[in-house]
Amino acid sequence: MEIRKNNGPLKWILIVISFLFLTIFLLLPLIYILSTAFRQGIGAYLVSISDEYTIKAAMLTIKATLWAVAVNTILGISAAWCLTKFAFRGKKILSTFIDLPVTVSPIIAGLIYVLTFGRQSDLYPILDDMGIQIIFAVPGIVLATIFVTFPFISRELIPVLTAQGTDEEEAAALMGAGTFTIFRKVTFPHIKWALLYGIVLCTARAMGEFGAVSVLSGHLRGKTNTLPLYIELLYQGYDFTGAFAASSILVLMAIIILILRLVLEKKGKKELDIKK
Amino acid sequence: MKRKSIIPGFGISFGLTITILSLVVLIPLCSLVVYAAKLSPSEFLYTVTRPRVLSGYYVSISTAFVASIVNAVMGLILAWVLVRYEFPGKRFLDGIIELPFALPTAVAGISLTHMTTTNGWIGKIFYDAFGIRIAYTRLGITIALIFIGIPFVVRSVQPVLEKIDIQCEEAAFMLGADRKTCFRKVIFPEILPALISGFTLAFARCIGEYGSVVFIAGNTPYETEIAPLLIMAQLQEFDYSAATSIALVMLLIAFVILSINALLQSSVAKRVNGKS
Repeated sequence: MEIRKNNGPLKWILIVISFLFLTIFLLLPLIYILSTAFRQGIGAYLVSISDEYTIKAAMLTIKATLWAVAVNTILGISAAWCLTKFAFRGKKILSTFIDLPVTVSPIIAGLIYVLTFGRQSDLYPILDDMGIQIIFAVPGIVLATIFVTFPFISRELIPVLTAQGTDEEEAAALMGAGTFTIFRKVTFPHIKWALLYGIVLCTARAMGEFGAVSVLSGHLRGKTNTLPLYIELLYQGYDFTGAFAASSILVLMAIIILILRLVLEKKGKKELDIKK
Repeated sequence: MKRKSIIPGFGISFGLTITILSLVVLIPLCSLVVYAAKLSPSEFLYTVTRPRVLSGYYVSISTAFVASIVNAVMGLILAWVLVRYEFPGKRFLDGIIELPFALPTAVAGISLTHMTTTNGWIGKIFYDAFGIRIAYTRLGITIALIFIGIPFVVRSVQPVLEKIDIQCEEAAFMLGADRKTCFRKVIFPEILPALISGFTLAFARCIGEYGSVVFIAGNTPYETEIAPLLIMAQLQEFDYSAATSIALVMLLIAFVILSINALLQSSVAKRVNGKS
């Protein structure tokens, strides 16, 4: 014990360096956003925040985020279930492909959808006949958001299900339970915190996605502008109060997410400890 | 395809996973491959070796590299402080490290930019005292990338540092090693693989980063124009073949970086475990 405890000035030097570094790089930008948002008084802030286009942009961001969370939850649960409960060939490849989207630059993510659904693609005439427009429209934004958050939920579930093993499900199956009963009664209680944790991470990334969405959005005010894109528009139009006011909504969300993350992580750890 | 298992639900979970994966990831990726195969090699080479494109790669890689080195050093210090020391505010410090994951990149981008222009809080100090400009220079890009990369190294080194057995350190002290030698010979080799993988993940992420960089970069050709922005510019001119060519080289760079990491991991693991 003595070895790790006795540490003179070095300890405090390192702690001070850490605090300084994180204050300058993380806290200062946050404080800056809030102070700039309120610089022209609370009245100007409220006007900016209740602007028609800000609200429309926020609604679109919420829509894309909900889609991303819904699709990735279904994917996360089914992928985690088939990757951890069964042995089959091609498992490694499947999990590599699921993880792939996060290693791709967001701009490239946008590009592949443009290539798939754009005017030069073979799919374009077919979709056009059906009256479906994907790129430079809302479906493209939703797809891009799903893509950039693709493995966020499965990645949280897989380690938990791997640690839990398959004994309990096997017992339930032998006693005659069906797929959904087993999932609901046996598996779900083990993964609920991990699932929530994954959803929180997915939400964080989905509501903030900028690059991929920027490629696929038609940048139409009130139609295909998400909140981050609208912030860009305001900033480039030198409406700094508006840009930082809209940003403050996202800052608030980020803080809520950080707190939720800490709480869920603790719950998840407790669950694991009880099992041990 | 699969070994017999008593647990039901393989069909539905596998089917759902493959369907969603195909629609969101595989088909769009295939269209990238199909489109790339149609490019003529000479056109491809011409596009990716244009001086402006080469300088874009250089700016992206060099700033990402410097930012990741800074993050490797700071990440090591932060992980050390969080694991080894007790001090007031420790939970707070631990909690805000994830901020770059939770805060939308565009929001981080505008706030860092606005802060570091020659009129901003930080920028003014540096400009008046040292004549250094931060926003709209490569230094600015590096700072935005440091912000983005903070959590990677900390979160990869922290768990490994927590697991190091105190007996190893005690043994080293008993054998007469001082604190420095103990760190160099006992602790450092143990955390090196995690440090390398955190560095690589941050590096790969930073090369593709767009949202936080595009504001602070100023986007002057040959000076502060990053590779993802070049793709974006080609897309806006509907020059899809040029955009695809630049993107392919970026994918190749990311692939090389991740492969080098995989190689290093296995060679370090061999050395540490003493297996050949």
